[in-house]
Amino acid sequence: MLDVFMLSRMQFAANISFHILFPTITIALGWFLFYFKLRFNLSGHPVWMRIYRFWVKVFALTFALGVVSGITMSFQFGTNWPGFMEKVGNIAGPLLGYEVLTAFFLEATFLGIMLFGFNRVPNWVHTTATLLVSVGTTLSAFWILVLNSWMQTPVGFELRDGVVHATDWMAIIFNPSFPYRFVHVLLASGLTAAFLIAGISAYRLLRGDNKQAPFLALKTAVYVAATLIPLQIIAGDLHGLNTFEHQPAKVAAMEGVWETKKGVPLLLFAIPDEENRTNHFEIAIPKLASLILTHELDGEIKGLNDFEGEHPPVGAVFYSFRIMLGVGMLMLLTAWFVSAKLLRKQTLQKNILWGLVGMTFSGWIATLAGWYVTEIGRQPYLVSGVLKTSEAVTDIAPGNVLFSLILYLSVYGVLLIAYLRTLFLMARRAVEIEEIQPAERKTQKNSPFYSMAHHSINNREVNP
Amino acid sequence: MIPDTYLPIIFAGLMALSVIVYAILDGYDLGVGILLPLDNDQHSDKMIASIGPFWDANETWLVLAVGLLLIAFPSAHNVILKELYIPSAIMLVGLILRGVAFDFRAKVAQTDKHRWNQVFKAGSIIASASQGYMLGCFVMGFESSSYAIAFSLLSALGVTCAYALIGSGWLILKTTEDLQLRAIAWAKLTGKISFIGILAVCIVNPLINPLVYERWISAPFIYFAAIIPIASFALLLAGHFILKRLPFEGDKGCWLPFFITLFLFVLCFSGLAFSFYPYVVPGQLTIFEAASAPESLRFILYGAVFVLPFILAYTMFSYRVFWGKTKDLNYY
Ligand code: HDD
Ligand code: HEM
Ligand code: HEM
Repeated sequence: MLDVFMLSRMQFAANISFHILFPTITIALGWFLFYFKLRFNLSGHPVWMRIYRFWVKVFALTFALGVVSGITMSFQFGTNWPGFMEKVGNIAGPLLGYEVLTAFFLEATFLGIMLFGFNRVPNWVHTTATLLVSVGTTLSAFWILVLNSWMQTPVGFELRDGVVHATDWMAIIFNPSFPYRFVHVLLASGLTAAFLIAGISAYRLLRGDNKQAPFLALKTAVYVAATLIPLQIIAGDLHGLNTFEHQPAKVAAMEGVWETKKGVPLLLFAIPDEENRTNHFEIAIPKLASLILTHELDGEIKGLNDFEGEHPPVGAVFYSFRIMLGVGMLMLLTAWFVSAKLLRKQTLQKNILWGLVGMTFSGWIATLAGWYVTEIGRQPYLVSGVLKTSEAVTDIAPGNVLFSLILYLSVYGVLLIAYLRTLFLMARRAVEIEEIQPAERKTQKNSPFYSMAHHSINNREVNP
Repeated sequence: MIPDTYLPIIFAGLMALSVIVYAILDGYDLGVGILLPLDNDQHSDKMIASIGPFWDANETWLVLAVGLLLIAFPSAHNVILKELYIPSAIMLVGLILRGVAFDFRAKVAQTDKHRWNQVFKAGSIIASASQGYMLGCFVMGFESSSYAIAFSLLSALGVTCAYALIGSGWLILKTTEDLQLRAIAWAKLTGKISFIGILAVCIVNPLINPLVYERWISAPFIYFAAIIPIASFALLLAGHFILKRLPFEGDKGCWLPFFITLFLFVLCFSGLAFSFYPYVVPGQLTIFEAASAPESLRFILYGAVFVLPFILAYTMFSYRVFWGKTKDLNYY
C-alpha cells in the first residue's frame, strides 16, 4: 500500500516539520539575545544579564536540536529525492553551498564564544559574537528560502537536455516569491520567539517568581509581538497577492474555489469535497475573496476545475490556511490586549498569565500550518512547472525507507517531549535562583547610563 | 578564468580537504564521547567541557563535505547515499542523539544527567562506527558479498578506534592530573589497536580489491604505497615511545600525541585518496563524469574562495579564545 513515493514524502515532511520547529525559534531568539545584551551594556543593570543568561540556555538547547535535525535534512536530497538533484542540482547545489559557507560556519563557531566565552573575551567581543550568531541564522534562512522560493516560482534558467542550467543568478536569488516569503518567515520567527518568551516568563510568574527578570522579559516580548503581528498580517496579505499572480492553483485551493467566477465570496468555513468537486457547510462573506485578491468586488478568480489533474490536494491546503489565519488573529487579540493592560497597570492578573502560557507554542502551529499551505499547495510539482514530485523520488526498497522513517519518528517523538519538559523544568528552576547579588550590581555603577536605566526599571511594583 | 576541465579537480580537492578536516575535528570530539567514563562524573564533566565550544562547528565540516559532494558531483551523491541509505540513517541518529545529549545533560536533574551521559556515549559510538562502516562499503565499491561486509565491519572498528585515539590525544592536550593520566592510558590502548587496524587494511585491501591492487603496484603510486605505510608506522612508533614517558616535566609536549595522530590521519587519508583518484564512486564514476555544470561550479567557487579565509580566521580565533587547559563549563 505504502510505496517508496508515499514513504519518502512522509519522511521528508516529518523531518522538515521537526527541523523547522527549532530554526523558527533560534532565528529571532538570537536577535532578542542581542537586544538583551545591548540593554545590559547600556544600562549595566544586572537584570538584563539575568534575562540573557536564562534565554541563552534555551537558545543553546534549541540550536542543538536545530543543528542535528538540519544535518538530517542535508542528507535527504540524495537519499530520497535523487531526481531533484539530477534535474535542478545546478541551481539547488550552489544555493545550499552558499548557506553552508556563509551561514553555518559563522553561527556554529561564534555560538561557542557566545555560550562559553563570556569570561574569556572582552565584553564587546562577546556582544559581537551574539550579533554574528544572529546574522548567521538569518543568512541561513535567507539562502534556504531563496531555494525554496525558486522551487515555487522558478526563473533565471534554461533547460538543456532536460537538465536545468542557471542563466541569471540575480534573477534566481531574487525570484518573484522570495522577498515576500523571506519577510513573512522572519516575522513568523519573531512572533514565535516572542510568544515563547512571553509564555515561559508568564509561567515563571505563576510559579511565584517575583524577581524583575521574568516580568521584564514578558513585557519586552509582548510589546514586540504587538508590533510584529499587524506587520505579519500585511505581509501575509501581500504574499497571498503574489501567490495569486504566480501560483493561481494554490490560491484556488486556499480559498476553496472550484468554478472560475466573478465576485467570489470569502469562505470562513467549509468542508471541501474533492470527489464531488464542491464544498459543504459553507459560511461565507460575499465578494470578499475577489476584493482581497483583485481589489475589485467583481474580480475574477480562477477555479480549481481549470487546473484539473494539476492542482494540489484541496482539503489540506484549505484547512492549514485557516489554521494559520486563525492563530494570527488570536495572536493579534492576545498581544494587543495584554499590551493595553501593561501600558495601563504594569501588573497582570493570573488568568491573563495563564492565557499567555497557553499561547507559548502558538507560533509553532501557525508556522507549520503556513509551510503546509506553501508546500502542499505546490503539489503535484516539486519545482513548479519544471519537475513533478513523483519524478524525483528514489527507487530504493520501500522497506528501507519504512525503517528509516520509523527510526526518525521515534527519535523525534522522544526529543520533542524531552525538549518541552526541559524548557519548563528550566523555568521552574529559575524561580529558585536568588535575587541579584550585590557583586552583580557593581557593573551597573560603572555604566554611563546608570541613572537613566535605573529609573525605568525600578519604577514598577513587584507582582505578588 | 579557470578552464572547465580543472573545475572537477578543484572541487574534488576541496571535498577531500573538508573530509579530512572533518575526520580530524569531529574525530576528536566523537573520540571524547566514545571514551566518556560512566563511572566518574567529574571526569565526564571535564571531558565534555573540553569539546563544548567546538563540536558544533566541527560537525559543520560534515555538512560541507556532503554539500560539496551534492553540489559538485550530484550523480555520485545520489549513488553513494542510496547505497549507504541504512548506515547513513543510523549515523544521523547517532549524531542527533549525541548532539542533543550534550545540551540536555547540562540542564536536567542529576539522575537524568547520568542517562544523557549514556546517550552521549552511545550516540558517539554509533556515529563513529557507522562512519567506519560506510568508509568500508565505499572502499569495497558497494559490493554486498560477505567479505565486503566483513571488511566494512573491520573498518567500523578501525575508525571508532582511530577517533578514540585522536580523542585521547585531545584530552592529553586539554586536561591535567588524573584525567590526563587516564587519557594517556587510553591513547596507549587505542594506539595499539590502530596499529593492528592499519596493518590489516594495508594487507587486506589490495588483496580483495583489484582496483586498489593495480593502483598500488603501478608507478608512480608504488612510491606512495610504500611511503605511506612506512611513515604511518614510524609515527605510531614515535607515539608509542612518547606515551610511555608522558607526562613530561611541566607538561611540555602534551600536544605531541594529538598532532602525531593528526598526521597519521592525514597520511591514511591521502593513501586512500590516491588509491581511488579519479573515481568518486570506485570503479563506476569518475569526478569528470559526475561533475555539475561549469557555470554552477564557478558561481560557488568564487564564493568559496572569498569566504574560506574568513572561516579559517574565525575558527582559529575561537581556538585561541579557548586556548589552554579546559576549565569548568558554564554559560558565562
Ligand atoms: C527558515 C529557516 C530554515 C529552513 C526553512 C531550513 N533551515 Fe536548516 N537551519 C536553519 C534555518 C532553516 C538555522 C536557523 O540556520 C539552523 C536552525 C538552528 C540552527 O542551529 O541553525 C539550521 C540548521 C541546519 C543545519 C545544521 C547547520 C550547522 O551545522 O550549524 C543544516 C545542515 C540545515 N539546517 C539544513 C537544512 C535543509 C537542507 C533545509 C531544507 C530542506 C533546511 N535546513 C530548512
Ligand atoms: C521549513 C519549513 C518547511 C516545511 C514545514 C515543509 C513541509 C513540507 C511538506 C509537508 C511537504 C510534503 C508535501 C506533500 O508531499 O504533499 C514538503 C515537500 C517538499 N519540500 Fe518542504 N517544507 C519546508 C521547507 C522546505 C524547504 C526550505 C525546501 C527546500 C529547499 C523544501 C523542499 C521540499 C521538497 C524537496 C519536498 C518534496 C518532498 C515531498 O513532497 O514530500 N521544503 N515540505
Ligand atoms: C493572519 C494573517 C496571515 C496571512 C494573511 C498569511 C498569509 C500567508 C500566505 C498567503 C502564505 C502562503 C504563501 C505561498 O505559499 O505562496 C503563507 C505562508 C506562511 N505563513 Fe502566513 N499568513 C498570516 C499569518 C501567519 C502567522 C501569524 C505565521 C506564524 C507565526 C505565519 C507563518 C507562515 C509561514 C511560516 C508560511 C510558509 C512560508 C511562506 O510561504 O512564506 N503566517 N502565509
